[in-house]
Amino acid sequence: MTAVRVIDSGPLALVQDLGRPAFATLGVSASGAFDRAAHRLANRLVGNPDDAAAVECLLGGLRLAMPPGTWFTITGAWSDAVLVLDDGVRRAIEPHTAMRVDAAAELQLGQVSHGLRSTVALRGGLAVPSVLGSRSRDTLAGLGPAPLRAGDALPLGPEPASPVPVADLVPVDPPTEGVVELGVRPGPRHDWFTAAAHRLLTETEWITSARSDRTGVRLDGPALSREPELVGVELASEGMLRGSIQISPDGAPTVLGPDHPVTGGYPVIAVVVEDSLDLLAQLRPGQPVRLRRATGRR
Amino acid sequence: MRLLPCGDRALLAEFGELEQALGAYSRWSTSAPAGIIEFVPAARTVLVRLDPAVMGLGAAEQWLLAHPPLQPGALPSAGLVALPLVYDGDDLTIVSEIWGCSRDAVGDLHGATEWVCAFIGFAPGFSYLVPTAGSVLPPVPRRATSRPQVPAGAVGLAAEYCGIYPRASPGGWQVIGRTPAVMWDADRAFPALVTPGTRVRFEAVRA
Repeated sequence: MTAVRVIDSGPLALVQDLGRPAFATLGVSASGAFDRAAHRLANRLVGNPDDAAAVECLLGGLRLAMPPGTWFTITGAWSDAVLVLDDGVRRAIEPHTAMRVDAAAELQLGQVSHGLRSTVALRGGLAVPSVLGSRSRDTLAGLGPAPLRAGDALPLGPEPASPVPVADLVPVDPPTEGVVELGVRPGPRHDWFTAAAHRLLTETEWITSARSDRTGVRLDGPALSREPELVGVELASEGMLRGSIQISPDGAPTVLGPDHPVTGGYPVIAVVVEDSLDLLAQLRPGQPVRLRRATGRR
Repeated sequence: MRLLPCGDRALLAEFGELEQALGAYSRWSTSAPAGIIEFVPAARTVLVRLDPAVMGLGAAEQWLLAHPPLQPGALPSAGLVALPLVYDGDDLTIVSEIWGCSRDAVGDLHGATEWVCAFIGFAPGFSYLVPTAGSVLPPVPRRATSRPQVPAGAVGLAAEYCGIYPRASPGGWQVIGRTPAVMWDADRAFPALVTPGTRVRFEAVRA
C-alpha cells in the first residue's frame, strides 16, 4: 500500500474528515474538519469523495515525504509551499491546484501568511483506522488518530472512482487578514443578558484570543453582563453546538469549535449561523471579528 | 415544555423536570423524522439538531409540539445493567457525613437504589445516573477542588447524580467506589455500556 511519511508535523497536524455527526448521545462531539469548505474543495480537486480523510495543518511547518505518482492539493490557509525534488530543485505550489508528484519528493509547507489552518488532501485519502465511522481526531475527547508525529506513515486509500478533475486554478480568495464578519442568531439563554450586553455583542470589534483551539475560539473585548437577578445562577448542563457562543462567568464569549464538549453549563447568548462556521477555523490570534445579527427564513 | 431558539439549525426544548426531558427524549428518539440529525438529552433540556437542508426550524417546531413527551410512568422499559462495585472510595467518609450515616450504610443506601441514565456528558460514555423512583438520597456537593486524576471505573456522586468515570481524567465528584466494568470502548459495536434510558443496579463486591 502506498504511504506518505511524516518528516515534520509542524505545530499541530491532525487527520480530519467530515466527522462523526450523530454520537452526542454517547458523549461524543461531531469533530471533523474545522474549515469544511476547504476540506471539501481539497478532496474534489484530487477526485476524492468529500468525506475522505486529509491533513489539517495548523500554522504550516508540515513536511511530508511523497511517493512518486501521488496527487495532492493544498486549500484553506495560504503558505509558501514547495515540492523539493531529489536533486534539490524546488517547485512552488499554487494553492487550490491538484499537482502530481512525478518522482519521490518532499512537500514542505512554510509559514502561513493568510488564515491559520491548511488542508492537505492526497488522492485516495488517508486510510488510517476509523473510530465510530470517522477518521477525525477529536482533540477534546481524545478519539481518533493521534496528532501526526515525525516518522508516521500515512497509508493512502485505493484509487477513487472519479478521475482528477481537469480544472484550471480555482478562483478562491485567501482567508482575509481584515475584519471577519460572522452571522449570529439568538441562543437559548439570550434573555439572561442585559440589553447593553446585546448591543455590545453586535457593536464591538472583538479580537481573536490566542487562547483559541478546536474546542473553542475565545473573543477578547468588553464583558457581557447578565441580568442582575441571574448573576451567580448556575445553569444545568445543556446540549451545545458548533458555533454556540458561551459566556463564562467573567463575561467573556467563547465560540465553540468542532471538538466542543457535548454539554456545557455556561449560558449561550447566540449561535453562529451555519454559513459562517468555516470562517472560525481561519481566525488568527489578534484578528478582529464582528458579529452580525443574521436574519433568515424560519 | 418551552422551545428556545438555538441559532439556525437547532432548537432547545426545556422542561421543568428531568423526568419530562427523559420522556421527551424517549419518545422523540424512537420516531425522529428525516432532517433531525440527533437529540442531545441533558438535565432539563433536549437539544434538537437539524439538517436545515431537509427540515426547517418551523417544521421541526411543529413536529415537536405534535409529539408531547411520554409520561414518566409510560417510559419504555430499557435495558438493565448490573455493575459490580467495590465501596472503598476516598470520599466515603465525606458522603457518610452528608447523609448522616455510617460508611457501610453509604454502600447499603447507594446499592439499594435503582438508577437510570438521564444523559451522557463531560466525556465519551460518562453517564449521569439518577434514581428511578425519585431521589431519596440527599444531594452531595462536588469536591471544593478537582482531583487531577480520577481512575477509570471510579464511581462518584455530585448533586443528585451518580456518575462513573469511563477513563482516567480530572474530576470533582465525590468518589465512593470503583467498578471493574468497562464503561466505554470505542472499538465495541456499542461503545457505551450505558446510554440514556438504561437502568443501572450496583452490586456490592469485596475488594
